[in-house]
Amino acid sequence: MEAIAFYIFGALITGLFLVTVISKNILYSMSALAAGMVLISGLFFVLGADFLGAVQLVVYSGAVMGLYAFGMMFFDATRDVKEKNPKATQIFLLSGLSAVVLVIIFAAPQLGEHISPIVTGIDGANNPQNIGAVLFTKYLIPFEVAAVMLLVAMIAGIVLASKKMEVSLSEAASDDLLGDDQTHEIKEQK
Amino acid sequence: MTLTLTHYLVLSAILFVIGITGVIRRKNLLMLFFATEIMLNAANVAFVAISTFIGDFGGQMFALFIMAVAASEVAVGLGLLILIYKKYGTLDLDSLSTLRG
Repeated sequence: MEAIAFYIFGALITGLFLVTVISKNILYSMSALAAGMVLISGLFFVLGADFLGAVQLVVYSGAVMGLYAFGMMFFDATRDVKEKNPKATQIFLLSGLSAVVLVIIFAAPQLGEHISPIVTGIDGANNPQNIGAVLFTKYLIPFEVAAVMLLVAMIAGIVLASKKMEVSLSEAASDDLLGDDQTHEIKEQK
Repeated sequence: MTLTLTHYLVLSAILFVIGITGVIRRKNLLMLFFATEIMLNAANVAFVAISTFIGDFGGQMFALFIMAVAASEVAVGLGLLILIYKKYGTLDLDSLSTLRG
């Protein structure tokens, strides 16, 4: 049962992410990425990491893809992306990197046979309870640092994306809202 | 047939290679962000799989923090992308090169 779920999820995720990477349309690419994120949360549920599966659904499929969809409003999403063909050196670099990653992955289980668990959690508790117990004891300081990092990112996002926010949209004249170049053009025309 | 840790690690490697392909091949900045997300997700799958099969909760903690890093990366990165698009009107990496070296 677990194997069936793993193979279905794995095939679907691989296909969707390939669509993400190969597709020329940004909109198709983003939709495929969102679907792949949802299916990865399914993989987490199969693995028994219930809390992370829920967090994956909320953070990636909800917040991150929502942000991307919001950012798409600023870009021309329907136009196809024009790109040059990759050069031969890029292909060699790519295959070399893939080979290295695969070798490391296949060697990892042999190297990792002597690893013993350190943070085992509480006996009899379910996955979210264990996550909470570990997160607020051993990983408390990284948790706080992550909170500060998210605050910094939020402030940076607001500052970067919202230029001219000090001007009220209803009271501002029309040329206050345009960029500097466009303002000059309009003044020259006048 | 039973699933082993290697199954999940191979899937994670495949996803990571897809992400690397995207980063090297694509020339659009937004597509580069998508490929980065794929690579982060591949790392998450590997972390959670190892954490489950060894019975240690450290891996799931790391996956949680990777998600926090990804969320903040998207917030800051999209702000920068919007600024670049407002300034130059394109997200194409080839036409964004202003230094002629």
